[in-house]
Amino acid sequence: MRVTKSFALASAGLLLATSLAFAQSTEIRVGAPLEPPALDPTAGAAEAIDVVVYQNVFEGLTRIDQTGAVQPGLASEWTVSDDGLTYRFTLHDGVTFHDGTAFDAEDVKFTFERILAEDSVNAQKALYEAISAVTVVDPLTVEITLSRPDGLFLFNIGRGDAVIVAPESAANNATDPIGTGPFAFVQWDRGSRVILEQYGPYWGEKPALTKATYVFIGDTATMTNALLAGDVDGTYNFAAEALPVFDGNPQFKVLVGSTEGETILSTNNAKSPFDKLEVRQAMAHAINRQEIIDGATYGYGVPIGSHFAPHHPYYIDLTNTYPYDLDKARELLATAGYPDGFSATLKLPPVNYARVSGQIIASEFAKVGIKLELINMEWAQWLEDVFANKDFDLTIISHVEPFDIGIYANPDYYFGYNSPEVQALNETLNATTDEAKRKELAQEMQTIIAKDAVNGFLFELAQTGVWNAKLEGMWQNAPVEGVVLRDVHWVE
Amino acid sequence: MNWRSLLKHPGLVIGLTATALFALLALLSLVWTPYPIADISIARRFATPGPEHWLGTDQLGRDMLSLIMSGTLTSFTVGAMAVLIGAGIGVPLGLAAAIYGGPVEWVVLRFSDLAFAFPAVVIAILIATLMGPGASNAVIAIGIFNVPVFAQVARGGALAISTLDFVAAARLAGLSKPMIALRHLLPNIASLIIVQGTIQLSLGILAEAGLSYIGLGTQPPATSLGLMLRDAQSLFLIHPWLSLAPGLAIVVIVIALNIAGDGLRDALDPRLRNRGLANVAG
Repeated sequence: MRVTKSFALASAGLLLATSLAFAQSTEIRVGAPLEPPALDPTAGAAEAIDVVVYQNVFEGLTRIDQTGAVQPGLASEWTVSDDGLTYRFTLHDGVTFHDGTAFDAEDVKFTFERILAEDSVNAQKALYEAISAVTVVDPLTVEITLSRPDGLFLFNIGRGDAVIVAPESAANNATDPIGTGPFAFVQWDRGSRVILEQYGPYWGEKPALTKATYVFIGDTATMTNALLAGDVDGTYNFAAEALPVFDGNPQFKVLVGSTEGETILSTNNAKSPFDKLEVRQAMAHAINRQEIIDGATYGYGVPIGSHFAPHHPYYIDLTNTYPYDLDKARELLATAGYPDGFSATLKLPPVNYARVSGQIIASEFAKVGIKLELINMEWAQWLEDVFANKDFDLTIISHVEPFDIGIYANPDYYFGYNSPEVQALNETLNATTDEAKRKELAQEMQTIIAKDAVNGFLFELAQTGVWNAKLEGMWQNAPVEGVVLRDVHWVE
Repeated sequence: MNWRSLLKHPGLVIGLTATALFALLALLSLVWTPYPIADISIARRFATPGPEHWLGTDQLGRDMLSLIMSGTLTSFTVGAMAVLIGAGIGVPLGLAAAIYGGPVEWVVLRFSDLAFAFPAVVIAILIATLMGPGASNAVIAIGIFNVPVFAQVARGGALAISTLDFVAAARLAGLSKPMIALRHLLPNIASLIIVQGTIQLSLGILAEAGLSYIGLGTQPPATSLGLMLRDAQSLFLIHPWLSLAPGLAIVVIVIALNIAGDGLRDALDPRLRNRGLANVAG
């Protein structure tokens, strides 16, 4: 800072010096590995969209804070009816969209009707299908009625998928996003960056930053150099293998946090031989979880024994359900009728954790006679073959939705697990609002899923951010997708 | 031509020896590598070169020497197959252009111009994108941009010879155009094709490395030198050796092939003239 100041003083005088100093203290350039395909978070599943706009450009009725708790957003307060079916929200007064139009209850109604419309392209439409009516009581009061109780409703309306948009601008949000957030969209240089600027008339507490630029850098080596050269001020999730570059460098700080990404060896339970419990148990015994975590995440992943985030209060540790034991695995394979093992395919999406874990698992399974053929796929192909058509034996994928154990209650889901017991538990869980009871139900589900060895449970993805040491206020954890800038500021 | 005259070209000897050395290492990997390349052990990753692992181990604990041997085999195979495709299609096209002339020649030349106008690697990327990544598609992609090169070389060589008297004599003897091409033109341009093949082999190895580096070539768990570079690049600042080893292997192989190609040209060109005259005399 001092160097910049004296250089500027010498070269261009006091005025420039003050503006330079000022500029550095309120602007940020965030490196992001993926460029979003569009900028409307209510019309696309890509995490890259939320990274740029969630809580920065757009806000929902509630907002999720960095611990994953629900906080008031555009709704200052709410009441819930005793049967858990009617939510009455009081909206903040004086809120405007970035194009100057006022925000009121009609916008809320429009937003949810748009999500639930027949031709809706919302990626998480299913989360909001319990909504049966949105009623405008007065311009600052809105009532949402559900057809069934939903313990996660307040969380779900705080996600990027349910941010409030205006009827005047919603159609153009993909390229020209207009929200109510503290930052307004300025420009998008495709292939390079998105620029946001502080929105002057913002209704809430003004953020410390006046300008934020998201710079898209896909390559790890390039990102490393951009960070070292100061071309970007930080990145929210840096490749773990290159983190040692920043070890002990006082100019940077590394923030290691949690995500909602349960990384699993998804197993086609509907297909032979994986429909046999012994086969799945044998595979669970053959997985050396720590080796995969060390190899694919450089030790940053957190081991999981079921499909649940370790930092969640409902979590129970089931990692020892089927400990690493090759003899036990061979024994179980023999019981199942495969004393010499079998051959199968492992289809891998184009993400590093999957590609590396896949190679390690193939090497581990070979020790008990399970020969895996690795098939690398692009996203579109993976989504079609594996996710939509269920044409696979095994795959590795991180399920990044928060609290998504409900997928095990859907027999039509791609891994084809059909357990009436889990389905019944899930139904009870959805209809239960009592915390202690919910916890009990969720833990019971986790246990059954772990014992059934539905999938190979590997690890919870970590988030490893690298930031300039003088930046404060970044989210360490990622309870929802997004890089929220409201509290980010420079310190000296 | 005998071995002693070959030795007059030290470049050729050095180039061929180095190429042969790598080719032998590559072939050896078919039957033996110090460690199996699928043998992953995270516990022993990033080992420095030592008696146990001569070239150290990579980020998955695989033996680098084994990987380089196997990767060299992939690179050579892809390069060689691409040369075979290029020569197999390009040489007949070039000969046809030379002996038939007219519309045939026009079509072949325009096709070559078109293919030359695109940067070769861009064509390869296009093909790999359309047909999906993988070593076999890399072979086709690189092979296709070899076609016009061989077509031009064959046509040029054949045109230079076809005005000579022995070709006229063959024509007078009643040989058909394809037979003349096969019996008289092809043997006399063979050396040109071989020299060009050596150069294209080195370019093919580079192209394979390039395609694998951007993820469109060889896919894991198979390996190639380019793929090793790709895996190592994000670790370059921490473990530079992982990039240097396959990088140096590519450099040495390509230099060796180029030196060998130059030497071959020097050694074979005079022979082409002599043999051509000898044929006329005969």
